[in-house]
Amino acid sequence: MGGVLSYFRGLLGSREMRILILGLDGAGKTTILYRLQVGEVVTTIPTIGFNVEQVTYKNLKFQVWDLGGQTSIRPYWRCYYSNTDAIIYVVDSADRDRIGISKDELLYMLREEELAGAILVVLANKQDMDGCMTVAEVHHALGLENLKNRTFQIFKTSATKGEGLDQAMDWLSNTLQSRK
Amino acid sequence: MGSFRRDKDEEEDGPTNAYQNLEKTSVLQETRTFNETPVNARKCIHILTKILYLINQGEVLVAREATDCFFAMTKLFQSKDVVLRRMVYLGIKELSSIAEDVIIVTSSLTKDMTGKEDLYRAAAIRALCSITDHTMLQAVERYMKQCIVDKNAAVSCAALVSSLRLASTAGDVVKRWANEAQEAMNSDNIMVQYHALGLLYHIRKSDRLAVSKLVNKLTRGSLKSPYAVCMLIRIACKLIEEEDVPAEELADSPLYSFIESCLRHKSEMVIYEAAHAIVNLKNTNPRMLSPAFSILQLFCGSPKATLRFAAVRTLNKVAMTHPAAVTTCNLDLEGLITDSNRSVATLAITTLLKTGAESSVERLMKQISTFVAEISDEFKVVVVQAICALCAKYPRKHTVLMNFLSGMLREEGGLEYKTSIVDTIITIIEENVDAKESGLSHLCEFIEDCEHVSLAVRILHLLGKEGPFAATPSKYIRFIYNRVILESPIVRAAAVTALAQFGASCPALLANILVLLGRCQMDPDDEVRDRATYYLCILNSAKPELYKNYIIERENCSLALLEKALSDHLNGDLESHFDISIVPKAAIVKPEINNDVMMVTSAPRAPKITREEESAARLAQLPGIQVLGPIHRSTSPIQLTESETEYTVQCIKHIFAQHVVFQFDCLNTLSDQFLENVRVDLTLPEGYTARAVIPCPKLPYNELQTTFVIVEFPPDASSSIATFGATLRFVVKDCDPNTGEPDSEEGYDDEYMLEDLEITVADQIQKTKKNNFQVAWDAADSEEWLQAEDTFVLSAVSNLQDAVNTIIKILGLGAANLSEKVPEGTHLHTVLCSGAFRGGVEVLVRAKLALSEGVTLNLTVRSTDQDVAELITAAIG
Repeated sequence: MGGVLSYFRGLLGSREMRILILGLDGAGKTTILYRLQVGEVVTTIPTIGFNVEQVTYKNLKFQVWDLGGQTSIRPYWRCYYSNTDAIIYVVDSADRDRIGISKDELLYMLREEELAGAILVVLANKQDMDGCMTVAEVHHALGLENLKNRTFQIFKTSATKGEGLDQAMDWLSNTLQSRK
Repeated sequence: MGSFRRDKDEEEDGPTNAYQNLEKTSVLQETRTFNETPVNARKCIHILTKILYLINQGEVLVAREATDCFFAMTKLFQSKDVVLRRMVYLGIKELSSIAEDVIIVTSSLTKDMTGKEDLYRAAAIRALCSITDHTMLQAVERYMKQCIVDKNAAVSCAALVSSLRLASTAGDVVKRWANEAQEAMNSDNIMVQYHALGLLYHIRKSDRLAVSKLVNKLTRGSLKSPYAVCMLIRIACKLIEEEDVPAEELADSPLYSFIESCLRHKSEMVIYEAAHAIVNLKNTNPRMLSPAFSILQLFCGSPKATLRFAAVRTLNKVAMTHPAAVTTCNLDLEGLITDSNRSVATLAITTLLKTGAESSVERLMKQISTFVAEISDEFKVVVVQAICALCAKYPRKHTVLMNFLSGMLREEGGLEYKTSIVDTIITIIEENVDAKESGLSHLCEFIEDCEHVSLAVRILHLLGKEGPFAATPSKYIRFIYNRVILESPIVRAAAVTALAQFGASCPALLANILVLLGRCQMDPDDEVRDRATYYLCILNSAKPELYKNYIIERENCSLALLEKALSDHLNGDLESHFDISIVPKAAIVKPEINNDVMMVTSAPRAPKITREEESAARLAQLPGIQVLGPIHRSTSPIQLTESETEYTVQCIKHIFAQHVVFQFDCLNTLSDQFLENVRVDLTLPEGYTARAVIPCPKLPYNELQTTFVIVEFPPDASSSIATFGATLRFVVKDCDPNTGEPDSEEGYDDEYMLEDLEITVADQIQKTKKNNFQVAWDAADSEEWLQAEDTFVLSAVSNLQDAVNTIIKILGLGAANLSEKVPEGTHLHTVLCSGAFRGGVEVLVRAKLALSEGVTLNLTVRSTDQDVAELITAAIG
């Protein structure tokens, strides 16, 4: 019975899923957002604040919040945590220097009560760059193996080339639907 | 059920304001709704309206509340509801100044202003500019530039106006948008063109040459927008006034021809603006004025109330400057006396009062009294001003006018209205000896029932000054002492001071005054008791010289400098006594009239400070300046260069007891030069000694910097009048115009000739104002005072008023008893004036003038220093 109900809900679009895209500055969050929304690469400038867009993926509606990643803006992330269904955490795989900071920010964020039930998708972005870290390396560098009690998955992506995003979104929509 | 009942209540009360009984905390609670998904747009719009209503009712949100509310509001960006989004913009604008971290919406607003939804764009620009500061602006600069030249007029206007607002905080960024503003000037839309001109003018206004270029180009007629033409007329006027073109040459000036040609424009607005501009120009002749007045006359008969109002208001304003020209419109004005629009009627009558004949005064006053109760305070003030002008013109009519004024004083009215009446009565009292007694008694009556503390205090002060010299001083005592019994502490204190004045100036009343002051010592208020004790002590001493210095003529210290001196004293060793004589006396600050019609300034007016107070703060930063003692006076700035040269320099002379500090404000107008070690070399006349030169280490392009030279005066005052040669010396380094960084370390010495500087008598004299000049003059007829006297024939001037103006200007003294105004049609006049020479030497001057062939002047100077007295007589010759 429940399966039938969720099938109809999925068909009618039901409630919008609320997703946050987070990550350090320059990781490619805004590019990913617009790649998902309009399917193109748009020119972006550093996000001062946030962008919010409605994204439809395979008949599912998402409300996606892309929050700026600059140091000065990270403290405001928490203002947007409540009612979040999933977090897309974007990592610049070519930026080995700051992967540590990225890990700290991730762990700090996951400790938040409001995000306890949120699904986590980690995107190892910029896979098209030479000398970038592999998915396994990113997985390790973020310490994802120590994550407990969290539904999560890591994907390798290249937002500019549009690679890997579909797999990530497929997994995300399936996981979100099956949770209901 | 509950809600149902409320609805019913509302019905019974009739329509009520749904927002009347809002409570701040509960409305802020409601903002939680903003966090819900999906957003309920209708509900959120309603809540936002409540917040805006509260703020506009003066409810104060603290930073914490505002920030919470602001962040909740940012959640609403997820909604696509157009009305809601526009409400959010309004919310952002209202909260932007109170909430913290408002930059969080920068990206969202940037997106809206560049997006496809036209309803968002203009409003998003305005909201963005309210949250943007100098550093953030650079990030969105590109978008602002695009929006300025946007095809959509509303967007372009919003961007232009926002740029103008930003220019006050981020002038250098906005300056870079001149090209875009220039492009927007070509727009077909009248508002865009107007705002573009506004921005362009603002960007260039500090550069005279660029402004005249702009005006010259535009006056050749490319502007479609009547608003822009009006603005251009104002700019042209400003240029004319700044150049101070004499009337004969003005007629040929292209700027004037432009304004004149606008009188034949097809838009009424432009025609009016041009006429208004011409009649307000400083240097004009009747031939130039007559077409402008014809226009105003024409408008007086227009069926449109706005045009009639504009015309009659302008005529009213210039009635005193161009009485003859305004008189030609009298017939038209007579027709407007019964205009159904009360504002027009009031202005017409008051204009006629200002220009009309003595015989018509009574008729007009009667006419106006029929509806004076119906007009607003603002126009009542206009009536009062007209009466004030009449009194000056027809002193004999003072009884009629004074009665009218006292009648108005008794009626209801706001502080501003009452103040203008009291001002007028005081002016009449000062100018017209015959009116003094009746004026004072009207004022006495007024303070018996006066709710305005400031007015009561002023009138008590006036009674203290004038009352003792009236025919029967005793009759005022009752009025004053009533205040001590009935009023608030501030008024009581003023009354005590007024009583003491009577005690000091009227020996016959002294005994009674002592009794009254004795009673005041029981007052519950500290200040009142203190004053009473102070005055009792002095009056009991029975020493008239103490009366004079401590009661009758209390000179006021400059309060700002007194505060500074006291705080310095408290920070010092506290071993020595505080010496009040080092604090400069307060100069009479004239209220500044803001004539800048170009810009709407919403910034609060800076409090009035004198030049001395301003420079004291500035000079205090100079090392070793303290040894020079207190500053005596600062002159107004003098230009030492032409205004459009490579370097502009202006000089302010700060006069101290024995020294003069020259302050040179230098501006480098060459963008490819970086100046270092900038200083001014003075050629000193005999007797002067150089003490110090404080160079300015760096002078980058377009930054005002200052260098100082300190010079000691010659020991004898007579050789202090001198001329100094001046040269600007500096090291030049070439630099990149874009960055302003010098190209290399290498520089070369250069110099630039400046115009000569002068030190005059007037520079060294600070104006003082004696309320009772005669008393001071008679008191100065004693041993310690010295007198110099001489007679001159002034051939350069042809009438008495010019002669008086020249004397006051040359000597830099302050005139007493309004003696600087020469009544019309007289051949003899006496000017009484006073001042303080540097070092605190008091100077009193009596100048008797007689008009024959030229003007004959008999000058008597009394001063405590012989040198100074002679110097002043010599200055005239």
